[in-house]
Amino acid sequence: MLTDAVASVASVASVANVALAVDPVPWARSQMAFTLAFHIILVPLGVSWSVMALIANYRGIKHRDADAMLLAQRWSKYMAVTFAVGAVTGTVLSFEFGLLWPKFMGQWGAAFGVPFAFEGIFFFTEAVFISIYIFGWRRLKPWTHFWTGIPIAVAGVFGSISVVAANAWMNAPEGVTLDSTGKVVDVDPIGVIFNSAMPLMAAHMVVAAYLVGGFLVASVYATGMLRGRRDRYHRVAFLIAFSVAAIATPVQMGVGDALARWVFIEQPGKFASIELVPETSTDVPEVLFGHLNPDYQVVGGIKIPGLASILSDPGTGTATSIQGLNTIPVADRPTTTEVNVTHLAWDIMVGLGTLLFLLTLWYWASWIFRRDMPRSKWFLRAAASAGVLSVITLEAGWTVSEVGRQPWIVYEKMKVVDAATANTGIWVTFVGVTILYLGLGVTTILVLRMMSRRFRRGDGAGDEEVPYGPSEEPSLSGEEGALLGDEPARPSEEPVG
Amino acid sequence: MSTAAAVILFAAITVYAVFGGADFGAGFWDLVAGGARRGQRPREVIDHSIAPVWEANHVWLIFVFVVLWTCFPQAYASITLTLFVPLTLAALGIVLRGASFAFRKAVIRTRDQRNFGAAFALGSVLVPYCLGAVVGSVASDRVPAGGVAGDPWSSWVNPTSVVCGVLALCTSAYLAACFLVSDAGRLSDDTMVAYFRRRAVAAAVAAGLVAFAGIFVLSNDATYLFDGLKSRGLVFVILSAALGLGALVLLARHARRGARLAAVGAVVSVVAAWGVAQWDYLLPTSLTVADAAAPTGTMGAVFVATGLAAVLIVPAFALLYVLDQKSLLPEEGMPEPTPIRSTHD
Ligand code: HDD
Ligand code: HEM
Ligand code: HEM
Repeated sequence: MLTDAVASVASVASVANVALAVDPVPWARSQMAFTLAFHIILVPLGVSWSVMALIANYRGIKHRDADAMLLAQRWSKYMAVTFAVGAVTGTVLSFEFGLLWPKFMGQWGAAFGVPFAFEGIFFFTEAVFISIYIFGWRRLKPWTHFWTGIPIAVAGVFGSISVVAANAWMNAPEGVTLDSTGKVVDVDPIGVIFNSAMPLMAAHMVVAAYLVGGFLVASVYATGMLRGRRDRYHRVAFLIAFSVAAIATPVQMGVGDALARWVFIEQPGKFASIELVPETSTDVPEVLFGHLNPDYQVVGGIKIPGLASILSDPGTGTATSIQGLNTIPVADRPTTTEVNVTHLAWDIMVGLGTLLFLLTLWYWASWIFRRDMPRSKWFLRAAASAGVLSVITLEAGWTVSEVGRQPWIVYEKMKVVDAATANTGIWVTFVGVTILYLGLGVTTILVLRMMSRRFRRGDGAGDEEVPYGPSEEPSLSGEEGALLGDEPARPSEEPVG
Repeated sequence: MSTAAAVILFAAITVYAVFGGADFGAGFWDLVAGGARRGQRPREVIDHSIAPVWEANHVWLIFVFVVLWTCFPQAYASITLTLFVPLTLAALGIVLRGASFAFRKAVIRTRDQRNFGAAFALGSVLVPYCLGAVVGSVASDRVPAGGVAGDPWSSWVNPTSVVCGVLALCTSAYLAACFLVSDAGRLSDDTMVAYFRRRAVAAAVAAGLVAFAGIFVLSNDATYLFDGLKSRGLVFVILSAALGLGALVLLARHARRGARLAAVGAVVSVVAAWGVAQWDYLLPTSLTVADAAAPTGTMGAVFVATGLAAVLIVPAFALLYVLDQKSLLPEEGMPEPTPIRSTHD
């Protein structure tokens, strides 16, 4: 009778399933895009925050800088939260590869999976050492503790290189041998990992991680300074984070330029979308904004004559010929909407990237000429908004890469429509995931703010009661041991649970 | 070659079943610990025992997935195609659990902690049940190979899946209780030692009953597996029963370390019994290990990665575990459970 009951539940459920059937492909695409776009926000923090914390930690120990030490401690605690959210959203991605793209994974898993086998090692290392670092503040000796943070930073970089290698392989599917039916019969792991798209994409992503992480953290302290919290603690925090971003940004412009040239040569279709080129021609203008209408004509926008050709290959200048969308067989063309999304995303990435670059120039100029950071309120305002802007830049960059590849999931080897699940109930998971993630996002921000408020109350003159929270203010009066090694006094704490 | 990859896959599943299982089980005990006041002390002990390691434990699952989709892409595609619903629920549970556990550490107010605690505990029950049910579906021949989806519902809402899901829950709870007895012992808290010992016994009895019922269910619902368990897997079935009982005896005799080892052994044997019984199918009875295998180049890369992992991660993981077990890693933002002085141990 257990069997009967179970069977009847199952049949009721199947009926409900059929009644609400949808075309799975757009839903699968949207869900993948949404969950990836969410995860990628946490990635820069995972990669670069540990480095910033280590810089502060180093200063703290080496120069006995209490503010820096306090920063390192607090940052590591925020990191625990953002890393945890990154980990769970990343795990969801690994479910989704199969749940949304079973045919893609079935056919290409043997190649696409290779970089992930290595990525696993790095994330594992990162997870282990992040645990040790965060929970090890009190009991490990200062320098020992500092060194347990180094593997986090290293693993973060290599972890993201591995993941991006997998994504790059979707752009440049090399290292596989197919038989006549299209089945993968041999895989050259080196060829897969070090595919031709990988070096520049990985570099661009890693630099982006430092850029975005730096701006995000700096923007928090810039906001604090605008609200009048201009103590040394805020200044140290801002300087560390902003300097990281200000080093990464100019580098990123160079790497991006090289990457664009790679796309120009290897993925002319994507490049045509990026530059909005309906027909192959020379002396192609750079179109800012604007769009392609259904008749494949460029409408609106600001045209800068010849610039797209010049940038594509400065050697040949305006004579550089750029392949147009018309060279793509009709069946393999992206839709005009996809072209327009790619182009707009491109404008956003390059536009915001340029603004961020100018902001860092201001910062460096001020250091060079005045030996201090800019004093202007406008600088702080710009820095305060740079965090969000850099995240938008990052998302735009990924949109260029992913939407620009359409209609292919594996470039010129498999189309998205052939890869998707046939599950017609998928809209349910899309709605569910969206709600869950929105809740997760809001909660993450609330929790981080709650922590920051608690920390700040701990800072204050003691006018507010602080019945709990670790007493973390390191005292500088004693030996180094007293700084960290000893167990600080614990205030009485409230029962929890 | 494909055999070696299958062994790696099963080893990873086993490790996840043990470490992840203990983690989930702790969440289960958190769920049933009662109201805020009554459950306070058990929750402190639970929190204390899992905090620093949960994220690392969790990576084992990803490792399982990665090995599965890289070495046996067809199997991964078939499983995700058919078992869409329980896997989605498991993913949901992982998000709830992982995020809320981290959040709970970070917030201070009792009400917030309680909400996150509830989400955490809920996730801890959902995930092992769903993953157990997935194993049941695979083992009972309900996941067809070859790019066709099995029934989205009856593939996992069926007697074998239910039994496997509940069994996963019971073994996790059992394992966790055995670990928590040790942890409570380290805190010299006799009340909690007795508390978790009672729960270990209860979970063991429940697991035993489910396993017993499972015999009847499997005999007509999962014949390939059942035959395998009767022949190739019999050793492991007996071993797991013996170790499970042995752990209880050791617990009763206050041999905590031995009890913990025996409990781990029992769970390892259960997973091994399953693996051996369905050998050499990855998906009984439509996809063998050899047929599902990826090309040699891929396998080679995974072996290298596994080797590197063994060299790099095992020591790191061991370090973390030792530090944790020695309580060298107190948590930030949470009161450390204070050791209670006791007269004996
Ligand atoms: C947030 C930082 C950021 C900044 C300032 C820039 N980018 Fe970028 N860009 C990214 C962040 C990014 C990214 C999100 O990280 C992407 C997505 C995929 C990738 O590898 O990097 C990307 C992709 C991407 C692509 C597509 C690669 C592909 O198809 O896979 C090109 C051609 C460029 N970038 C070029 C540029 C240029 C010329 C920039 C200079 C103005 C630039 N990016 C600034
Ligand atoms: C290694 C990392 C990534 C992998 C393996 C990956 C993989 C995929 C896959 C399998 C799809 C579905 C097929 C398709 O529509 O082409 C997809 C689509 C998409 N991804 Fe990525 N992706 C990665 C990174 C990202 C990131 C970080 C973003 C952030 C914004 C992103 C944005 C998108 C978008 C917008 C789509 C939908 C494209 C469309 O269908 O028009 N991707 N990606
Ligand atoms: C170091 C920075 C990063 C952190 C901390 C992070 C966090 C995580 C974690 C913990 C997972 C779970 C899987 C695992 O543990 O192996 C994961 C998976 C994933 N991440 Fe990230 N991630 C990072 C970088 C990236 C980057 C740069 C991208 C995309 C461009 C990305 C896209 C993905 C994808 C597609 C998955 C699913 C694949 C898998 O399960 O292995 N991640 N991430």
